[in-house]
Amino acid sequence: MASLKELRNRIASVKATQKITKAMQMVAAAKLRRAQTMAEAARPFAERMDAVLGNLASGVTVSADTPLLLAGTGKDEKHLLLVCTSERGLCGAFNTQIVRFARERAYALMAQGKDVKFFCVGRKGYDQLRRTFPNQIVELVDLRAVRTLGFVNAQDIAEKIIARFNAGEFDVCTLFFSHFKSVISQIPTAQQLIPATFEEKAGEASTYDYEPDEGEILADLLPRNLAVQVFRALLENQASFYGSQMSAMDNATRNAGEMIKKQTLIYNRTRQAMITKELIEIISGAEAL
Amino acid sequence: MATFPFELVSPEKLLFSGQVQEVGVPGSEGDFGVMAGHAPFIATLRPGILTIHADGGAKRLFVRGGFAEVNPTGLTVLAERAVPVEEIKPEMLRQLIKDAQEDIAGAGHSGAGRSAAAALRLGVRYRPVRSEK
Repeated sequence: MASLKELRNRIASVKATQKITKAMQMVAAAKLRRAQTMAEAARPFAERMDAVLGNLASGVTVSADTPLLLAGTGKDEKHLLLVCTSERGLCGAFNTQIVRFARERAYALMAQGKDVKFFCVGRKGYDQLRRTFPNQIVELVDLRAVRTLGFVNAQDIAEKIIARFNAGEFDVCTLFFSHFKSVISQIPTAQQLIPATFEEKAGEASTYDYEPDEGEILADLLPRNLAVQVFRALLENQASFYGSQMSAMDNATRNAGEMIKKQTLIYNRTRQAMITKELIEIISGAEAL
Repeated sequence: MATFPFELVSPEKLLFSGQVQEVGVPGSEGDFGVMAGHAPFIATLRPGILTIHADGGAKRLFVRGGFAEVNPTGLTVLAERAVPVEEIKPEMLRQLIKDAQEDIAGAGHSGAGRSAAAALRLGVRYRPVRSEK
């Protein structure tokens, strides 16, 4: 049986932990709200971009001068998986889920004899992928120093990807991130970035005048679209991260509460046992006189 | 005067949304004005000043990178960066000039070089005005 002092120390330590997890939960809740507004604010831009590009792309017939970002290299041999995760832990299964999803995809592709490479955004995903695919990670983008995600961060990543694409390092690029559905549900999602895909829209084909011509606009907008998609993924990821962290910390706080209750019970029982024992000793001592 | 709906959107937020009379847009092949009833039109942007004429007077914003779309329901400008002219700071212009010079030095094809040169001209043009204040 642990001594009273030991029990007291253990309760104090669990209480301190509970305070930390509680604080983290509240911070995550506040940050989640901000991340959500940011994700919502970014939506109109992405939607318009998609609509206009979809319109343009459906009007273009694939030929030799179609931008490669849209048409692809015509091959399907080398894959680049862009895996977006968080920089910090303590967020439940958030990173594990994304990494597992990407890893499964990688195994499936490798089973087909394809060449798979990884491009990591976020330290946590890198740490996990490094264990299974030590030689296949081509780059890591660390966003730890970034306080508020800006479009420039996404642009940086997009530029690096396009540079690699132009150098012929891969044929297909797929983006992995966590889609924010609600605080308790974040869905790991894969999205093909290169060659670009657009939802076909029926009807509403107003005939536009283009300046410069369609081909040039397409060539100008496709790289920008890549940055927009990455930016959207980063924002979704951020919201998912805080959502995940919030529920993880909520669980931790509750567990700590239960533990405190249990320990306090044991502590009180031990204390009473001690008192009883002492009383018995005193009484039997007095009787012996 | 007839008005039409106009939206200015950057990746980070919706900057302007409302009824306007005229918008002057810096297009990559020349500036153009859009008024109510304009024909459907898509143009890419050159770094420059976008002017909004609404009831409250004119509003000027610096925009960079993106495109303008006119459709029967109105005008939408998507700009990667958009800053009101009043909020432009000397450091920002210096950065813009530096970026543009680097872009020109490293420009592989004419399109990027042209856009960078436009940014450079703009930055240089606005620099003296700002530093006098």
